[in-house]
Amino acid sequence: MSVLVITEQQGGSWHRMSFEALAAGQEAALALDCPLVAAVIGAGVDGLAVELAAKDVSEVAVIDHQALSQYTADGFADGLRQAVDLIQPTLVLFPHTYQVRDLAPKLAASLGRPFISDAVGIRIDDGKPVFVRQLFQGKLRADVVAEGDPPHFASVQSGTYRGDSVAEGGSPAVIRHLAVDIEPTIVRTQSEAPYQEAKDAVDLGSAEIIVSVGRGIQGPENIPLAEKLAKVLGGELAASRPICDNGWLPLDRQIGSSGQTVTPNLYLALGISGAIQHVVGMKGAKTIVAVNKDEGAPMFEIADYGIVADLFDIIPALLKALEAEA
Amino acid sequence: MKIFVCVKQVMARDSILQLKQGAGWVRDNGLTYEMNEPDSFALEEALRLKERNGGEVVAVTAGPARAASTIREALAKGADRGIHIEDDRYAESDTHATARALAAAIGREPHDLILTGLQSDDAGFGQTGVVLAELLGLPHATIIMEIDASGGRLRCKRELEAGWFQTVTLSPPALLTIQSGINKVRYATLMGIKRARRKPFKRYSPEQLGIEVASLQTIIRLYQPEQSKRTQFLQGSSKEIADQLLSKLRFEARVL
Repeated sequence: MSVLVITEQQGGSWHRMSFEALAAGQEAALALDCPLVAAVIGAGVDGLAVELAAKDVSEVAVIDHQALSQYTADGFADGLRQAVDLIQPTLVLFPHTYQVRDLAPKLAASLGRPFISDAVGIRIDDGKPVFVRQLFQGKLRADVVAEGDPPHFASVQSGTYRGDSVAEGGSPAVIRHLAVDIEPTIVRTQSEAPYQEAKDAVDLGSAEIIVSVGRGIQGPENIPLAEKLAKVLGGELAASRPICDNGWLPLDRQIGSSGQTVTPNLYLALGISGAIQHVVGMKGAKTIVAVNKDEGAPMFEIADYGIVADLFDIIPALLKALEAEA
Repeated sequence: MKIFVCVKQVMARDSILQLKQGAGWVRDNGLTYEMNEPDSFALEEALRLKERNGGEVVAVTAGPARAASTIREALAKGADRGIHIEDDRYAESDTHATARALAAAIGREPHDLILTGLQSDDAGFGQTGVVLAELLGLPHATIIMEIDASGGRLRCKRELEAGWFQTVTLSPPALLTIQSGINKVRYATLMGIKRARRKPFKRYSPEQLGIEVASLQTIIRLYQPEQSKRTQFLQGSSKEIADQLLSKLRFEARVL
């Protein structure tokens, strides 16, 4: 019995969420009273393995192969399947990254096992892991258990555990190179080097105040209203994904897992329901104000100030109050 | 090119959800249902690929009887055929059970391309497409923003994190999961709705396909989220709310 954490790296640099998954793994292994194995996968990753070995883990597993120099679902799933076979863990944890969304369902399905995606909490009840997931766009929460024999697979949502809370080890952990054999011909996709489309024209990351709009804004003709409020407050205008998908605002103003992550002093969420994909990009804001007609909107769950009302009543009232002071 | 597009029927956005007593799901009565929005982008992409390259679009769902209306909507928008694996248990089943049903139905026929949405707006597993690819032994690529199928291969623009992209090429048969916002979804026309009635629509029971409806993950408790912060709700007229908010942001939160 052991907990296995699969870290993520690219070109020899860590994905920051790797350590959040490792923190989750440390907690789970402690509660299950079992060893914790941290794995690193890629080509030429010995340096990263040494870094991992300094953490409080029982063992570091290295899955190193030339066929893994670049991520492919076929190659990585094959490498990890062999690792799981050698390590025989009960629980396999991943950070919930784009790469994991591409990879982990395939790996788990190939073994006939469940993959519990995007957990916002893990606890151990009577020796059995219980995963907390968000359902219905964050409106409800569920406690979920895996059925059937282990290993069970799960991924941990960004921000659920703190990467800087990973415990350091007393002495370096043992590093074990797994003998994996990957036939390059199993890889059926050709991946080219990642690229960035245009440099972000606006750096929302440095904005102190962000006024952000969601579906509640209803149409592109109403964007100027929110824009005006942003301007009067001295902040930047941003949006949730559907607004940018509709082309009402450019993509570089999108907040969330596929857009920018921001931590302003003030985040004013106007007509944004608060789906998890959006929330991960802004929950670090110091003060959050939510305006929404639907009192069940999950955004209220993380808001400091909640206003259950029509944003078309509230924005003009705010503008009027601010203008009266000027 | 023979394209299968997988669609799910989910509760309409902004539904008021009530917990079902003693079960890990919500109460069904009084809810209206619609096509899962991410899947509507996949359907639109399938229709556009057919318009560019020719072929056939087949809409597939696993769901209870009510889900037939989502297949009819797909037919009205331009899909050529529909397949419905019908069983009440698919209303609450996990990715594994759903993907098994889709794999059994699609696996009976030749297929070049399978498209799915990125995730469902109800359970939000975000993995049915990838599991389906694995069950059918197909290569896959996820979070696709653009598909070029002109050269016999599938050249796709894949979204990575934080504004990065990647070009991925794979040969059919293959499965792609479609990023929302890839296209502008069309509406069904009156003519389309009329034509849909005459289009082939095949129903299967899980028994006919020789499969079981077995989930590998179980919801043991469904509940309202606890407040992670103490939210102060501001009340009054719009003017009173605006005045209160500005005052609190200045003197309490000190962020203005």
